[in-house]
Amino acid sequence: MAGVSTKEIKNRIRSMESTKQITKAMEMVAASKLRRAQAQVANSRPYFEILRSTIDDIVENNLDFSSPYLKERTGNKVLYIVIAGDRGLAGGYNSNILKLVMSEIQDKDATVLPLGKKAVDYFRSHKVPVLTDSYAEAASVSIGDCFSISKQLCKAFKAQEYDEIRIAYTTFVSVLSQTPASMQILPLVCEASEEKKTPTMITMYEPNDEEVFEAIVPEYLGGVLYGALCESRASEQAARRTAMDSATSNAEDMIADLSLKFNRARQAAITQEITEIVAGS
Amino acid sequence: MTSFPLKIVTADGLVYDGTAEEVIVRTITGDMAVLARHINCVAPLGMGRATIVANGQRRYAACIGGLLSVIDGSVNLVPTTFEWAESIDAARAAASQQRAEAILSKTDASDTELKLAQARLHRALVRQSVASSK
Repeated sequence: MAGVSTKEIKNRIRSMESTKQITKAMEMVAASKLRRAQAQVANSRPYFEILRSTIDDIVENNLDFSSPYLKERTGNKVLYIVIAGDRGLAGGYNSNILKLVMSEIQDKDATVLPLGKKAVDYFRSHKVPVLTDSYAEAASVSIGDCFSISKQLCKAFKAQEYDEIRIAYTTFVSVLSQTPASMQILPLVCEASEEKKTPTMITMYEPNDEEVFEAIVPEYLGGVLYGALCESRASEQAARRTAMDSATSNAEDMIADLSLKFNRARQAAITQEITEIVAGS
Repeated sequence: MTSFPLKIVTADGLVYDGTAEEVIVRTITGDMAVLARHINCVAPLGMGRATIVANGQRRYAACIGGLLSVIDGSVNLVPTTFEWAESIDAARAAASQQRAEAILSKTDASDTELKLAQARLHRALVRQSVASSK
């Protein structure tokens, strides 16, 4: 064991061990937070499904009225809502979503509304215009905040400040897999297929379809935003859990490796001492 | 009375899933009652008291924002907030009312502040009136 003393190896093992304890603890915390976030995702899903299907119904059955929310615009002004985390040490969670957004906004006149400290810092250092940084803590954004953001955005969209509004978030596929995604939220994309174009049933809109639409769209956006936030939070915890799990097992590997080295060095030292004693006598 | 399937869903989860005989809600244009075999209908909700009659029992709730939809005889109520009268925290609503009134009485409050305070006051009043009507 040339040059490495047993004391040095011992110190490294000790520091590895404390790192392992930290990553282990972080993994446990993330796992328990993940369970809560997963429940939240499951709870909020029916709400969006009903909202979404209602909107789809209105769009499908009313081909004659034109709302500003439905018209595609030719302009290049895009607003991106980006949901990232507040803290690092979550594997590729933050960098994946930020990279995706950067590649999408390259040739556009984009403004960003970041949610989460990492997103705020990133876009500020990359000199991307930021709408507001008042939502720097993704963990503390409430459903009320989502609705006030959505009202503000609807107003700005109708005033032609933006031609397109997109949201970038991380979809929670499973505990082991999360994919960054971006979705267009305004103008509303109509998924009605050709065959569905004949209204199958008559629906009464109270007081009329345009006003119903006007009232529901901000509501829907707030809902989508909240849903994306829930998914992202669950994804963050899942990503952190996986990252910390592999960090812990890496630390274990290194400790095993170092222990082997330590024992070899100790054995070598003993052998040398015996040789010296024998040679001296 | 004939009953119909009713679902009440908020962003926090499923509040009610069962049958009901009558639903009365405050829409943006006024109160509206839904009985069984109602025509397909969608209406955005305002702020007010919702009355649910199920198994002959009348229950009240504060129901704010969102929409009501009737599709093929089943009713979906999708409010932003929905609180049964018995679970409303009246003391909190009263405190919220006082805070809102304090902001409204200020002369230097900004427009958005005033609007927020007005909405808060409205919600607080709805909650209190529903809580007292149980």
